[in-house]
Amino acid sequence: MTTVQAAALGKAECPTCGQLGSPAEHPACRRCGTLLHLRKPNSLQRSWALLIAAFVLYLPANLLPIMETHSLFGPQKDTIMSGVVYLWSSGSWILALVVFVASVAVPLLKLVSLTLLLISVQRRWQHQPLQRAKLYRFLELIGRWSMLDVFVVTILVTLVQVQTLATIHPGPGVLAFAAVVILSMLATMAFEPRLIWDAVDNSPRKEINP
Amino acid sequence: MLYEPAPMMADDPALIACRECDLLVRPAAASASPQASALCPRCGALLYRCSGNSLENTLALACAALVLLIIANAFPVVSLDIQGQRLDATVFGAALQLWREDMPAVALLVLATTSLIPFLEIGSVIWLTLPLLYGRRPAGFARVFRALQGAHPWAMVEVFILGILVSLVKLAHLADVLPGPAMLGFALLMLVLAAISSIIEPRALWQAWEEARE
Ligand SMILES: [Zn+2]
Ligand SMILES: [Zn+2]
Repeated sequence: MTTVQAAALGKAECPTCGQLGSPAEHPACRRCGTLLHLRKPNSLQRSWALLIAAFVLYLPANLLPIMETHSLFGPQKDTIMSGVVYLWSSGSWILALVVFVASVAVPLLKLVSLTLLLISVQRRWQHQPLQRAKLYRFLELIGRWSMLDVFVVTILVTLVQVQTLATIHPGPGVLAFAAVVILSMLATMAFEPRLIWDAVDNSPRKEINP
Repeated sequence: MLYEPAPMMADDPALIACRECDLLVRPAAASASPQASALCPRCGALLYRCSGNSLENTLALACAALVLLIIANAFPVVSLDIQGQRLDATVFGAALQLWREDMPAVALLVLATTSLIPFLEIGSVIWLTLPLLYGRRPAGFARVFRALQGAHPWAMVEVFILGILVSLVKLAHLADVLPGPAMLGFALLMLVLAAISSIIEPRALWQAWEEARE
């Protein structure tokens, strides 16, 4: 079976309405007015910039406390990891596992996988495009679940405000952590999955990256 | 091997391109019947889905979602009973508390992902489908459609529910925790939103738009 990419014919699918257009003749979609591009403009640079920012914030997100508890037993600072340990030691193994996956495994998996994908399209790797396309689709699905700990801290901070018993305050780590989640979601959106297939299809480079 | 495209092929109006791998596909070749969903033969991405009668269903679900979202925002998500003292956490109250704790960015993020963006998403679905159902073109169709597409990844209702469950476990040793009515609201909202995004089909919506009056 011969495969033809739309870009090889100078065609681009409108991201809004799905109609095929020719950006060279009509820069805007003739049906809905959306600007057409053969590929997302500057996707590599934008994706790398957002990804590196996420990597930089990954350390403070995991090392700084995400919440501070003041109770009769004295002050206590919790990081992402100590929250997991707490759930584990209190017997909630399933929940500990869920929080570990959402807060520790997913962000790290996402950052590492996206780095790999970016390198693979920059080097124009030809092998296993399907696996890489599936990996990208998976990353788009799982990123949002890392917001879990931000929501948990929010609810605890709101409810535990009894001066005589205990108060919980958000720590700086929660800000860094939320930023990591947002930045890595944006980096994933900026990535152009069609670049994975461009190397395979041998489409002329100059046509693809204007 | 260089591929030489047939000249007539490029202007075939039936052709669609895969959103993820840019493969040109003729829908008839991609699926047995036009009523079924079709996946890209190369990368497996969804090309389009079956959308029989979807306008009415979408609108009905969006109206249900709107009611659920109002319930989810008006009532407490979790309540805490400590020595006779009752504390409620609503979504808005939670965001307000974070704001007071000097975390305005996180406060806005929580409010946006659990309340504002779902409102925007549901509102734009109603805006798009209600006039179309009566054969009229909604005002600003393309702009609202883009807003809907942009908003979708940032509505995190299902993650928020999991967050509530984890908080319930963490609070259980401190006091009596009671899940509030908003918890049920959010849980049902999650299901309805999932149903909406599984039947909404951009190509069918634009098709309806083309057939509708100005
Ligand atoms: Zn368009
Ligand atoms: Zn494809």
